[in-house]
Amino acid sequence: MPSPTFEQEVAASRGYLMKFARLQLRNETWAEDAVSETVLAAIAKPQAFERRAQLRTWLVGILKHKIVDALRHQGREVALGQGEDDRADPLDHLPFDAGGHFAERPADWGNPEQDLGSRQFLSVLEACTEKLPAAQGRLFLMREWLEMSSEEICKALSLTPTNLYVQLHRARLRLRECLELNWFARRDAA
Amino acid sequence: MKPLYPLRRTCKEAVALMIAREDRELPRLERWALRLHLVVCKACPSFERQLLTMRQAMGAWRHYSDDESR
Repeated sequence: MPSPTFEQEVAASRGYLMKFARLQLRNETWAEDAVSETVLAAIAKPQAFERRAQLRTWLVGILKHKIVDALRHQGREVALGQGEDDRADPLDHLPFDAGGHFAERPADWGNPEQDLGSRQFLSVLEACTEKLPAAQGRLFLMREWLEMSSEEICKALSLTPTNLYVQLHRARLRLRECLELNWFARRDAA
Repeated sequence: MKPLYPLRRTCKEAVALMIAREDRELPRLERWALRLHLVVCKACPSFERQLLTMRQAMGAWRHYSDDESR
């Protein structure tokens, strides 16, 4: 039974959904479209929502499908960095000596399992993800948020595996560096 | 010239393999080479733990994206 409160509740989640759509799509128009489609789909079939689940969980589930459609539709575009980050291998930021061995041991990040669920940590993680160049960020979140396999991503975007792996390699190294600087090193200094 | 030790990897190579492993299955030879490197190297296991922490972090974030009911 569609009640006005259901529609209102759905509409109220718009901002929440936009945050994730923006982060994944890196394009305001695509994000707006995906979220609008999500809201419309949700309102069109309220009976599909089972009260057992959280409303937002359900909405995010729909959003993810709409986003995959958008990414598929854009295809290879999604993975094209406009001359972004084609320079040095980010591996060179790590302290290797001339022989390719660690000149100093990578920092011990401890065993921060509780930290990882904290809101402060998650906002640092989001900020670091947002700072990735657009193409890298999209591909990285296709793996980590949409939980697509590398094969699925290549197929959806008509990418070669090599192309995908190069971008993911860079994204992971950048994210590691950003987290170290903005969370783990800071936490130790505090 | 063929390398004398086909399983020997530098830290830099090991790091590249550890990162690749997050997104694809490594060929058997590389798996063994990496495993061997991690046994003998003092520094790389720390890097491996960092990657594990990142994996856990992404899991926590995914979970949070699903229901931020707090």
